[in-house]
Order: sequence, then C-alpha cells, then structure tokens
Amino acid sequence: MYPENTMAEQLNGAAVLIRSLEHEHVETIFGVPGGAILKAYDELYSSSIRHVLARHEQGGGHMASGYAHATGKVGVAFATSGPGATNLITPLADAFMDSIPVVAITAQVGSASIGLDAFQETHTWGISMPVTKHNYLVTDIDEIPSTIREAFHVASTGRPGPVLVDITKDALSDSMAWHGPAEIDLPGYRPSVKGHPRQIKAAIEAILESERPVLYAGGGVIRAKASEELRTLAEQQDLRVVTTLMARGAIPDSHPLTLGMSGMHGNYTATTAMQQSDLLIAIGARFDDRVTGNPDLFAPHAKVIHVDVDPAEISKIRKANIPIVGDAKAALEQLIVEGTHRLGDGAAPARTEWNDTIASWQRDFPLAYDQDPEGLILQQYVIDELSKRSDENTIAVAGVGQHQMWASQFWRFEKPNTWINSGGLGTMGYAIPAAVGAQAGMPDRTVIAIDGDGCFQMTFQELITAAQERIPVKIAVLNNGNLGMVRQWQKLFYDSRYSATELSHSNPNIPMLAEAMGCAGFRAETPEDVIPTIEKGLAVNDRPVVMEFVCDPDAMVFPMVVAGGSNDEVLMGPENLQ
Amino acid sequence: MTQHLITVTVENKPGVLARIASMFARRDFNIHSLAVGPTEDPTRSRVTMVVDGPEMEQIVKQLYKLVHVIKVTEHAPGEAVEREIMLVRVNADAKRRSEILDAANIFDATAVDVGANTIAFEVIGEPSRLSDFLEFMKTYGIVSLVKSGRIALSKDAKSQSKKQKHTT
Repeated sequence: MYPENTMAEQLNGAAVLIRSLEHEHVETIFGVPGGAILKAYDELYSSSIRHVLARHEQGGGHMASGYAHATGKVGVAFATSGPGATNLITPLADAFMDSIPVVAITAQVGSASIGLDAFQETHTWGISMPVTKHNYLVTDIDEIPSTIREAFHVASTGRPGPVLVDITKDALSDSMAWHGPAEIDLPGYRPSVKGHPRQIKAAIEAILESERPVLYAGGGVIRAKASEELRTLAEQQDLRVVTTLMARGAIPDSHPLTLGMSGMHGNYTATTAMQQSDLLIAIGARFDDRVTGNPDLFAPHAKVIHVDVDPAEISKIRKANIPIVGDAKAALEQLIVEGTHRLGDGAAPARTEWNDTIASWQRDFPLAYDQDPEGLILQQYVIDELSKRSDENTIAVAGVGQHQMWASQFWRFEKPNTWINSGGLGTMGYAIPAAVGAQAGMPDRTVIAIDGDGCFQMTFQELITAAQERIPVKIAVLNNGNLGMVRQWQKLFYDSRYSATELSHSNPNIPMLAEAMGCAGFRAETPEDVIPTIEKGLAVNDRPVVMEFVCDPDAMVFPMVVAGGSNDEVLMGPENLQ
Repeated sequence: MTQHLITVTVENKPGVLARIASMFARRDFNIHSLAVGPTEDPTRSRVTMVVDGPEMEQIVKQLYKLVHVIKVTEHAPGEAVEREIMLVRVNADAKRRSEILDAANIFDATAVDVGANTIAFEVIGEPSRLSDFLEFMKTYGIVSLVKSGRIALSKDAKSQSKKQKHTT
C-alpha cells in the first residue's frame, strides 16, 4: 500500500492520528479525555492543535458544530469510549439533520476486549450509524491514515454531514512507519457537482414563463457558500427570495428582493408568496414540515424546480417538475450563465401584478411587536435592540424554542454564516456550546447567543469552558420562567394546562451563577433596563458575559401555522385561533 | 403489495449489511427477502433484495447514499434469472406417502429427509415454482418451512429466456 521507505519515522497510532489531523489542517479540537482515548490526548499535549476542554461531551460535539457553522471548515470533537461516545450522539444527530461537517473521533476498548462487555465499552459504531453520514471502526493502526482522510472528505463534500471514527485502544498504541497521508479509495462515493445542462435550460425556461415565481433558498446555499450566486440569480431574474430557518443570511435582509422566513413561524408575506406561487425554485432546501405545513395543501399551483446535491431530497416530499442534482453553487452559476444567455440585452419578465401583491402584503402584514414601557420586557424588543447594536459580522446563535423563532424573525441578517441554530433536530441547549465553538473559530467576531432559561439550564456548564479558555461569548437569556414554546402550545391546544413547563420558582439566580462560573452577569427587569444592560454586556470582552432579561411569560410567537395545517391559514395572533 | 427485485453491489467491508438493514429500518422501508454473497470480484459483495412498497425511487436513492454502496440495479419482471431454495417438511403418513412422492417428482422436488410420518423436500427454482409446490402440499399439511433469500442475475441482452419470459 505504501512505498517501501526504510527512513520512515516510526509512530504510535495516537501520533499517526494527530499527524493525520494536522494534515487536514485541524486547528481546534473540542472534547473530553478518558481512559481509552488517553494515548491520543498524550500526543495532543505536544501538538500545536488547540484543545478546548468541554465540560460534557455533548457540549464538545455542539462546539464542533458551531465551529463548522461559523467557519465553513470541518469541526472536530474527541470523546472516550462508552459514556463519552454516547454523549456525542445528540450533537451527531443534530449535525446530521442540519448537514454540518463534523468529524468525531472516539476511542474504543482494545480490539481483544470488544464484545466482552469491557469497562466503558459500548457499540459506538452501531449506535452512531443512523445519525452519521458515514462511520468507521478502526482496529488496525494501518487503517488510521486512510480513514482520517476519508472521514474529512466524506464530511465536507457532497451534502456535508457528521462522520464518526471509532479507534480501538490497541490501534492507538501500536506503532507503524509514517508515510504521510493516505489515498482515498471510495468507489461508491461520487457526489454530483454540476447540474444537467438540459435541466438547467428547462429551469430557466420555466422561470421566464412564470408569472408568480419564488426563489426558496435553504441551508444548502450556506453550506455551498453560494450566497453571491443566489443574489445574482435573484437580481438577474427579478425573483423574490424566501430564506428558510437554516438559510437566514444567505441574502441580506436589507436587500429589496428578500422576503424573509416562511413556514410555521414565518412572516405572512414569505409564507403566502410560496403558497400562491406558480413556480418554486428550491435551492438546497428540503421541503421540511415546518416550511410546508400539510404537504398535500402546500403551494398547490406551483411547479417545482429542485436543486439539491443530495438526489434523495429531490421528490422526497414534493414531486419536482424539474429536478437538478448538483452543488448549489455550481448549479446557480449554470443558471446564471443560461439566464444571461436567454435574456440577452433584455430585462427579466415584468411581473408587476405579482410583485405589487407581495409589496402590499409586506405593507399590511409586517413582523411587529409593541413594547409597553411600563409593562414586562418583550423578548422581541430585546432581540431587536441587540441586533441594532451589532455589526453585520456579528454571529447570532440560538437554542430551540420561542427565543429561536423570535431571533430568526427580528435579528437582521446581512451575511451568510452569521446565524447558527439547531434547525432539523431542534436540540434545546444548543446555543451556548455552539456559540463557544463559533467564537473559538472566529475570535475576531462578536458572538451573541440568544437563549431561553430552559435551554440555558441544559448546557450552561459550557460557560465554564468558555471562561477557562478566554472565549468571550455573549449570552442573552430571555428568561420567561417557562419552557415557553411548550407553554404556548399548552395555552393554544391544551386548554392552558401547564403541565411541567414552569421553571420560575426554581430557576437559579442567573447573574450570580454566571459570576460563579467566571463570567460577567447582568440582569434587566424592566424595559428601561434593556438598553443599558445590553450596552454593559457588549462592553465585556475579556470573559464570557451573561445578560438576563426577565421577560413576559405570556408572550407568544406569531405568525403561526398550526402543525399539520395549511399554509393558507396564517394566524397573525391568538385572536385568529378559534 | 407490489414487490420489486433489486441487486445492490457493495464494497466487501465489515458491517455493510448492517448499514443497509439500519437504513431500511430508519426509513420505514420493508425487506421481503434478502441474500448476500461474494461476487466475481473479491472486493465486492452482492445483495439481492425483494422489497415491498411503492417507494422504489426513495429506496434506490437512499441506498446510493450509503458510502459503501456502489451500484443499485432494479430488475423489471422477466429481466433477470431468479432463484430461491426452499426446504419444506410435509405430513406424509404411510397411506399417502407414494402419492406425495409422485407429486414431488412432477415439481422436481427432492426428498432430503424421510421420517415416520413426514417427508422433507428441497425445491430449487423460480419463486413461482416454489409457491406452486407449496400450494399443492398444503392439502397434506405443512409441518415446517424455510426459504433462502432470492438471488438474481441480469439476463444477457440477447437471452432466449428473456424473450420467452416476456411472452408468458
């Protein structure tokens, strides 16, 4: 397999692993050590790779994902065998749903002990299989270099995703001659890049014929680094653009063609434009149920052009009339070239009636809130003020629930990779570790996590990691004393029976807790406290900071389409629900 | 329910069958029968599957997403030579024994174990022959039954059997 070279350096498996990671340009690893992985940590001790010691492997996994989200590079997490590996399962599942390139390295008990219920043994390969793009069990040191090469290749190409490499303790201890990184041999893995030229022609034809087109941009646009191309196509063909939860920032919110987010908690215009369109041009989007509502009632008059690098996404939920398998960036470039060719010196079709209708919806149904200066703090107000005080490079991170939806609605996104959240899996507690990972990867940016008090209590221990590592993330906890989104559903659909959603009686003193973890802590209790608290919080740059905002427990996220309902029925407020 | 016959060529690596089975379970696809074995190339294995359901397009696409899957071929009816093996034990007391053996002969079934009151037969052939034999033997009473997964080989483009099959 390797050329004979008697001069080759003898290395143990752990050193081979670290060398292989260095060859992949890994700069930061997030993890927690343990028995089986000790050897790898011993080699890491003398490596230039930075290690961030998470307080829980789940935190380490989400940090790797936040790092990948923010930088576009592959995030790397380490964990030991058994419980270390099982704690990584949630972040892997999360990264799988949102197509985040992550490589997780776990150690396994010695190969002679596998299957004997050894201490800290678990079947990591089997457990991680359904939540990874691909995974490996390495029992032989000779396989380490090729496996690491393949893992990074698979994680970062095609539709990105998490890859787990489980390496036995003996493979990490044995020694071999190091010949540099190995070749990739994956005969069954050939992601498509370019779209079929005939389909590209057909797509442009359909766009030119369409009277009510909507460009439906998904997270794939961000992953493919195709924001510029998205914007160019939209401008060339005069297309209004909807950005899904994962695609916020793919086109600037300040751009006149941007409609914002559609779906369950999308704005009226974006949801209704898709619903009434005659042509949906889906790019790197997967017709998620949060976008479509009841798929049988979704956009009933629309033809569908579906561009996706993953062929299995095409026609999975909604039959595509013009399927295009290809990378979003490459396919958009092809569409732009074909569009230029077809338009010649002419302009895009004037769709005056459609564009006027959309403009009227935007005028009549804007996203809005009404902060009473004497009342309780509204979550939307805090997010709006935070966004106003942040530059366009600031990275916003969210957990899962009401605060996440409000952040997607009221934060103004201008650039790609400035919005990090758990979309597909909906992992509560995602924000803090993901923010730590993002900040580790982007030390010159401001990273602000918008969190709820429920999410905060799932992962706040990672603020200790942030304090230790001098990673100055800024956390805004919108404390409504409840598991707010669940409470909202209980109010709307369960007769206000608030089963197990109240946290306020037992919530910790958040600023004191922050201080105890080595962070700065502030609290705002009235609307007039909000801006001074934000200003104090944003001024802290030498350590993490937690800003607590004591918010209205009864605030609800609207607009709303009831789960399983039709996107024709956008509820603008609770008064619409009967 | 419509059944589809597919051949999946995979890298001959540990766990590849588990990956396929796990994907089918995760996606709520149903496997009716399965046979796995080596091929002419020692680095490749071939999995022959009979799958249920209307979701063939997704099944094929999801199989291709598995990194170790190299090729998926869907065989339309009659386009492949199909074989199964069945072992079946039938009630056969002394009175009816010769009658049963005569019938088995017609089906090309071989008696592989003879007991005091039962006979076990081996039947190899196209799935239809196996089911015809089984249908016939039901009159006597089936004691136990086991079938291999179906295996299939694409017919040559100029195959005579292909033409014949299309006319039936």
